[in-house]
Parts: sequence; structure tokens; C-alpha cells
Amino acid sequence: MNEGFRLLDPVRQSAAVKVLRAILPAEAVLYEPEDTKPYECDGLSAYRELPMVVALPQNEDEVARVLRACRRLNLPVVARGAGTGLSGGALPHGKGVLLSLAKMKRILALDPVARVARVQPGVRNLAISEAAAPYGLYYAPDPSSQIACSIGGNVGENAGGVHCLKYGLTVHNVLRVRACTIEGEVVEFGSEALDAPGYDLLALIMGSEGMLAVATEITVKLVPKPHTARVILAAFDDVEKAGNAAADIIAAGIIPAGLEMMDQPATRAVEQYVHAGYDLEAAALLLCESDGTVEEVEEEIGRMTAVLKQAGAYDFRISQNEAERLRFWSGRKAAFPAMGRISPDYYCMDGTIPRKRLGEVLRFIAEMEKKYGLRCPNVFHAGDGNLHPLILFDANDPEQLRRTEAFAGEVLEKSIAVGGTITGEHGVGIEKINQMCVQFDPKELEMFRAVKRAFDEEGLLNPDKNIPTLHRCAEFGRMHVEGGQLPHPGLPRF
Amino acid sequence: MQEVIERYAERIRSAAAAKKPLRLRGGGTKDFYGQALQGEVLDTRDYTGIVAYEPTELVITARCGTPLAELEAALHARGQQLAFEPPHYGPGATVGGMLAAGLSGPRRQAAGAVRDFVLGVRMLDGRGDDLSFGGQVMKNVAGYDVSRPMAGSLGTLGLILEVSLKVPPLPFAEATLKLELPQDKAIEMLNHWGGKPLPISACAWSDGGLTLRLSGAASAIRAAQEVIGGDLMQTAQAEQFWQAIREQTDAFFQSDKPMWRLSLPSVAPPLALPGEQLIEWGGSLRWLASNADARTIREAAAQVGGHATLFRAADKSAGVFTPLPPAVATIHRKLKRAFDPAGIFSAGRMYPDL
Repeated sequence: MNEGFRLLDPVRQSAAVKVLRAILPAEAVLYEPEDTKPYECDGLSAYRELPMVVALPQNEDEVARVLRACRRLNLPVVARGAGTGLSGGALPHGKGVLLSLAKMKRILALDPVARVARVQPGVRNLAISEAAAPYGLYYAPDPSSQIACSIGGNVGENAGGVHCLKYGLTVHNVLRVRACTIEGEVVEFGSEALDAPGYDLLALIMGSEGMLAVATEITVKLVPKPHTARVILAAFDDVEKAGNAAADIIAAGIIPAGLEMMDQPATRAVEQYVHAGYDLEAAALLLCESDGTVEEVEEEIGRMTAVLKQAGAYDFRISQNEAERLRFWSGRKAAFPAMGRISPDYYCMDGTIPRKRLGEVLRFIAEMEKKYGLRCPNVFHAGDGNLHPLILFDANDPEQLRRTEAFAGEVLEKSIAVGGTITGEHGVGIEKINQMCVQFDPKELEMFRAVKRAFDEEGLLNPDKNIPTLHRCAEFGRMHVEGGQLPHPGLPRF
Repeated sequence: MQEVIERYAERIRSAAAAKKPLRLRGGGTKDFYGQALQGEVLDTRDYTGIVAYEPTELVITARCGTPLAELEAALHARGQQLAFEPPHYGPGATVGGMLAAGLSGPRRQAAGAVRDFVLGVRMLDGRGDDLSFGGQVMKNVAGYDVSRPMAGSLGTLGLILEVSLKVPPLPFAEATLKLELPQDKAIEMLNHWGGKPLPISACAWSDGGLTLRLSGAASAIRAAQEVIGGDLMQTAQAEQFWQAIREQTDAFFQSDKPMWRLSLPSVAPPLALPGEQLIEWGGSLRWLASNADARTIREAAAQVGGHATLFRAADKSAGVFTPLPPAVATIHRKLKRAFDPAGIFSAGRMYPDL
């Protein structure tokens, strides 16, 4: 279990290093603290732990042999891509191996006629689209971190992005995953065709946070780039009106390429950083994008504009060229780093709610801001109900830390209460593991554990993440964390 | 409705205790599909009705026994659809059967398959426990995705009680074009067009004729017609045509020969197999009416990176589904045990040991 700082076991460590060095070159096995330190956390830097050993395989065969060795030595294995995850899914295990796939970053094949690319897990999301660009193709899912995040990590989290309402999540855009089991066997989920015989294990492996198998090769679908795209920037004097406008667009039979919302605290924070030209008096801004042929986009923009007017938008701007389109988006895309400018730290949350409950949830968040004395701007994938409240705090103040965590816990549980989920696209990892006890009942959690055992009997792949033990839930006790009383005071947080 | 669930759960528990197989069945319109039908029928049609429908959230939740026709009528009334165009194969088709069979129709090539639209399920496992996975929202990565693999599981993992589906809007306009093309040229053109931003939503090639459906904004369809050419089909005739492809009432499917479903990479060249072929999904789905032996057909499919299913046949002794590699088969057996420890659900419908 994750009991915080673990004491390093030198005997166990030297045994592991010896075995791994028989498989990998010396420079691909790291164990000195100064070498393992860069791997101590992922994008959720509040949780840190030094891995006992870091292994950097270069190919599938090495991955298989490392996994076989780990199983023999009963060593936990945490797979890691680019380490940009926001839920601590790649938090290392102090008595285990951190398996970095970063060296496996080759695009193995790109077939522009079949519109597929076969890539290694360490390939960056954006690198695939860049390689496909000369053929007028791209890889659709575009998480905000796409410059840095790896496709293996995208599979592990079932990553989304701002265009996923129309173009789907990772699960909709991957044809096949080759992976190694903890037994070191290479298996294929999915196929080069549109389906595969048997159960849809490809769907099961998506978003499984490296707990079922380690992906070694991913075949992604490439889709044709639309001729053009334009975005409407609409201003509202009320957040609920903006939320309703998003619903009205959907009700009008339109699936926009992107449908994003920012509240006033968020636009004010980003404007001073990116100078997107946002209306700072607006209570909420809605970004509605249309893509397709020139005629099609014009038709859709016309339709969306009519709906937005009807829904009470008091101002709109329609991008007149690509530079302007990118400028309208720049604030939304830079929302997270912008928070880092106005606050020493920020905590990005990730709940999905039915869109019609948006007003209620935003009012709840405003109450929590008062209750905990912390600011919380909101950015929202309005098309699919995925909310990212950003709690601003100072990590150097332990009191603020506690309040932030309690604030976040309450918002997650509110997401469940309104019929939503504790995570839309960032994963459970270590961060939201307690809230899993609220979202699922013990029998459902037991089924998850049984699924895990079907792939990994001994529970060596990324242990203690995603699926809580019943013991942990009993300790958490479905409680709302109040008065800063946390279940694991020893666990380093934030 | 809760008492129906309790009745089902009780039935499951006693079947599990007696190790007696249960055959989960809705309207029975897909009884022909899969391997052996074993066990006593558990009729899922008592648990029926739409639980919730929120057009502006793009989500519908329905009980397993809901007639598929009723579900689609409710969606069409609000300008929405099941974008994967599931085949009914008869008036009795139910929502639960649709999910368990996991079959998709012509629009699959553009929109995605059944599993792509599944957001959540409520199910009874082999212990009679009432479990819910996924949810009613578009994006959800809490826990493993147990919901999507229910699509196509043929009732071997549990009794699907309810399913929540993403329901996109109907297209603003559609047009169907007809072209004369030999098979190799048709495959080449389908892949060529697939790489262009054209609103092709369905295709069917057989006997030298390629029929294409375009769906989307009227302006986009007009632009695509310019690029593709061909002759425009009358609207009513086009609707009948696609309905006959979707429901396999088209003359091609009336063959006396065994009907094979070949799922291949779209670029696979024409397969030199005896019999007649009908091609869908941009080249990825090839129906083959053929007396060739199973091994020849499976090898030809595997050679190009695909797999072959004996979709409709009197004699299924060759096995309906392509055998799984050993490591994958092991995972299947363990998953089956996790969901259905007594092995009672639709035993042998997919593979003899599941």
C-alpha cells in the first residue's frame, strides 16, 4: 500500500539491478537517486516517490524480458510515457521498477492509403499528426498536452481533447494495441481491420492506466484534415445562459468540432497572459468551432450563430482567418499555464456532469470557494460535460493544501451526486482513488479487481492505483473529507 | 420493474447453484448468429422501456427488453439516431440483443460501431449481482471500461439490464450515388476517397456496381457529388436500398451458400476466393457467399491481416469465429470466470470453452 516514504531496501534493489542489467545496457538501468529523481512524479507533482529502479527498454523484446524478470522477482512495475498525466497514474513504486517507454519513440509505419500509423508507445501525440500532415491526414484526439504527451499514455488514460465530441476519444481512434502481459507474453488487442474476434479487449485496455498490460505498439487511425475551420466566440452575461446555449446548439442537431466554455475568472486570468482579446466583462465565453468544406462551415456557422443569438449571447465574433481562429483558441489552450501565472500553484480537477446540471454545479463550486477561502476559475468542455475547475492555492502553506484537497473532494462527490463521474479524461490514478469508493459499490469494485486478476494475477502492474481495496474504502468510509482529517496523513500530497 | 430484476437474479442464482446453462434471449432475431444455443431460455423482454432520454445531452438509457424499433422511433422523433445503424433482422429485435450481438450496419464506416456509442451498462453477473459500469456522460474513465466489451459478448458475460448510448443527430441531408466499377477499382477508389474530407457514410459494392451514400450538410453533399460523379438515386429507392443492406434482405444475402463475414483492412486487395462478394465499410467488410472450406477462407483473411466469421450457415462445425491466439484465449477464459463463475451464461455461443 501507499504508505508514503518507503525505506529503500538495498538488497532488493541490487538484486533487481543485477537482473535488469542482464537484459538492458548499463545506461538503461538507473538506480542512483540523482538519476531516478526525474521520475519521482508525473504531472501531478504533489505526489512524489523515488522509484527503486528505472528501466528504459528500447524495444518490445526488452519490455517482455523486463516484465518476465519483474514477475519472477515479484517486483511491482509502473509504466510511464511522457509523465504528463494529471492523476498520479505514473507515480512510481518505492519498492518497484519504473518502466519508462520514452526510448520507444519511433513511428514504425505510416500508410496514407489505409490511413493508419503504427507507432511505438513513446511517440508524442502531436508527432503523429505532424508525420501525417503531408498526406492531408491527422490523428484526431488532441489533449491540451499533445506537444508532450505520448500515445502510450493516451491509451492508458483514454485521452480526449477539445475536439472529441465530434471526433471521439482515444478508444474511437485506435485500431490495435500490441502489449506485453506481466508474464512477458506479447498479445494483440484489436486488429488492422475494424474489429477482432472475441471480447472487445481493445476497449477494455483503453484507460486501464497501465494496470492490465504494457502497450508496446499502437496502430492509430488517421483521418482527413477538414478543408477549413472557423470559430465563434460568444459572450454571455450569465454562466447558466452559456451552458443552456451549448445545449441549444446540440438540440439544433449540430455537433460542433469544438464547444468550450470559460467563466469570467478564467478569461481574466488567461487574457493577461495570452492577449486573446477576450471580453472581460462577460460572465462566460463560449467557443463554438465548425470544420469541413468552406460551404459546409459557412452553413454551420450560420446555424450556430442563430442559435446563440436566440440563447441570449450579447456579443459574438467569428474568426475571419486562421490566425484569428488560433488567437480565439489561445486563451482556452493556455488556461492551465495561465493559472500558474496568477497563483503559486493550481489544482486541475476533471469531473464530467450532465450538462443540464452545470448551473447547479457552478453555484456549488462558488459556495466551496467561500467555504474554503480559495479561488476556483472554471474551464469546461461544454459539448461533453467535462468540467475542469482549477483551484488556486499555495503549496507552501500546509493549511491551504488541506483545504484544496477537501475542496476538490467535495466537487468530485458533487459530480457523482448529479449523475456524473469523478474523471472524464485524466484518470483516477492515485489522486481520485478514494472517490472511487463513492462512485462504485463494493461488488462493482470487486469486479474491477477480478478483471485485473484476469490479466495480472499477482497484481504487479501499477499496484495501488485506480481501483481501491475494500480496506481502503472502509478507511475512507464514503466520508466527505472535513476539517482536514485525511485518511493517510503520512502520504505526501501536492 | 425492480421485481423483474429480482426474478432474473433469482433465476440466475438457482441456475448457477445447479450449474445449469441459461440462454439469454430477447426477440430471438439473432439466434442464427454464433455457435451452439444451449440451456433454458431466460426471456429478457419483461424488462422493458426507456429509462431516460435527454436529447440535449445526446444520451438515451433503455432497458434490455425495449424493442429496438421503439427506441429508434423515440430517437427519430427528436431528430436523433443510433448512428451505427444496427441490423434488426426481424420485428422482435431488442436493445439488449442489439448490444450483445454487437453488430453494426452501413453507417459504421463513418460513425463507428455499437461499442463506440456505449456509455454505460447495468447488468446482472453470474452471481445475480446488480452492477453498474460507465455512466450517462460522454467522457468517463473511472475504473476499467467494462461497458464497451459487452458489445458483441453474445450474452456470455452477464445479463445486460440497461444500456446508455450516445445518440447523435440525424444528418441534415443525404444523397445516394451509383457508379459502375470493377472490384479492384472500387476498393482503390473507396480508400482514395476515404483519405479526403468527403461525407461518405455508407457504401456497398457488388457485381460491378458501387453504391455510395453521402450524409451531412447539403452544401457538403453537393461538393462531394462533383468530386465523385455517378448517378443520383431517387430518395425512396435509396432508402429501400440501404435498408436492404442493413437488414440483409438484399438479393445478395439470399444465397444458399454459407455466408461469411470477412473483416479486413480496407486496403486488402480483392480476395481470390470462390463465390460472390458484397463489400461495405469502405472496403473493411466483405460478405462472401461461398462453399469454399473454412480453412481456405480463414487463411485468406488472415493473410491480409483480417479475420473471418461464419455468419450464416446450416453447418457450423468449422467454428463460427476465428480461433483466438492462446494468450488471448487465456484472458478470455479468466474474464468469463470473473463475470460468470459457474459458466451458465450462453455457454458455447462464442467459443466452446466460454
